Amino acid sequence: MIQVFTRDLRLAVRAGGGFGLALAFFLIVIFLVPLGVGPGSATLSAIAGGILWVAALLACLLSLDRMFTADWEDGSLDVLVTAPLPLEGLVLAKAAAHWVTTGLPLALVAPGLALLLNAPVDSLWAVGVGLLLGTPALSVIGAFGAALTLGVKRGGLLLSILVLPLYVPTLIFGAEAVRRAGSGAGADTPLMLLAAVTFGVLAILPFAAAAALRVSVR
Amino acid sequence: MNTTALTLDALACGRGGRRVLDGLSLQVAWGQCVVLRGPNGVGKTTLLRTLAGLQAPVAGQVLCQSDDIAFGGHADAVKPTLTARENLDFWASLYGGADTRAALAAFGLTALSHRPAAALSAGQKRRLGLARMLVTGRKLWLLDEPTASLDAAAAAEFAGILQSHLDRGGAAVVATHVDLGVAATPLDLAPFATTRSITPAFDEVFA
Repeated sequence: MIQVFTRDLRLAVRAGGGFGLALAFFLIVIFLVPLGVGPGSATLSAIAGGILWVAALLACLLSLDRMFTADWEDGSLDVLVTAPLPLEGLVLAKAAAHWVTTGLPLALVAPGLALLLNAPVDSLWAVGVGLLLGTPALSVIGAFGAALTLGVKRGGLLLSILVLPLYVPTLIFGAEAVRRAGSGAGADTPLMLLAAVTFGVLAILPFAAAAALRVSVR
Repeated sequence: MNTTALTLDALACGRGGRRVLDGLSLQVAWGQCVVLRGPNGVGKTTLLRTLAGLQAPVAGQVLCQSDDIAFGGHADAVKPTLTARENLDFWASLYGGADTRAALAAFGLTALSHRPAAALSAGQKRRLGLARMLVTGRKLWLLDEPTASLDAAAAAEFAGILQSHLDRGGAAVVATHVDLGVAATPLDLAPFATTRSITPAFDEVFA
């Protein structure tokens, strides 16, 4: 598992690997929002949490369709499937590598960007902690979607349509944590629910994704 | 250790909702190389994928130890942005750490080991893909057109490597149209070809 994880990280930082693309996309969306809704600080402050989370979901989607497709096209997936590694482990390793190259950088820069959106200073920690707790779920759900759509022409579009509805609980609890922290209401409950969603998908979806992969490779 | 590397019992394989091969029984002993023959589309690749466990048999069974098998499909499983060495090191570590340096040397890739695989020619990539079979340390090689895009010298080199694998007690099932230059048992798949449709009771996706 660790071998697949380190290989995927190495592939991500090499040419064409797409490392940093999600982060750049995230930055641009966050910079575009004030241009679209106007500089009114009260408006921006109210929508900051929601915007950050929606942008994070979309940024996570960008590199999902390559998660298994690249290995499938060059024959690596056939070898990985016959290698002494459970498919569930392969899914977890690939989801982990995806998270380190997309979700983790987003969580690290998001509190700073929240300031640009005039988010209340009290809510900044909830942005960072929320994304840290919630983005692993995005990668694991994404791995499941990527396994399901493997081999489908224009699978990336289908993948978005399949995966975005599954991101709804993470989005709701993540944005709610930011809102509550900003209004001083205590963000513990939504953050715990966010963690619960992440642990829940970590426990279940690797098995579903492995089953989908077994169907896709034949 | 079993005396036979692989036993097929009345095996039927399917592809795209049709049976392609039916009633195939075969024993492969250690040290034996079986060469699959037959016209395009007869089901050589389908049979190899069924043997590798990538797809389920439609009927009959495949008896072998799944941790004996190394699968080499007609794609090379080479990552263009990794160097030749890195590609092979990854597979070696995944399969439990065999000597990648020796495998690179056996296929004449030592001088190219620090070159990104994207800069290798088709034949060199093929050699890198075949070198993977050595680093897996597996005993039963399933190979699909291994000598495609190899020049005569590299094909002869590969024959030598395959022969020494067999001499060490390994076995191989190879689909190819050319003469490998290795003492092998030919198996013509044409008599087993069929166009019968898969029975409705067989669920190809969830078998």
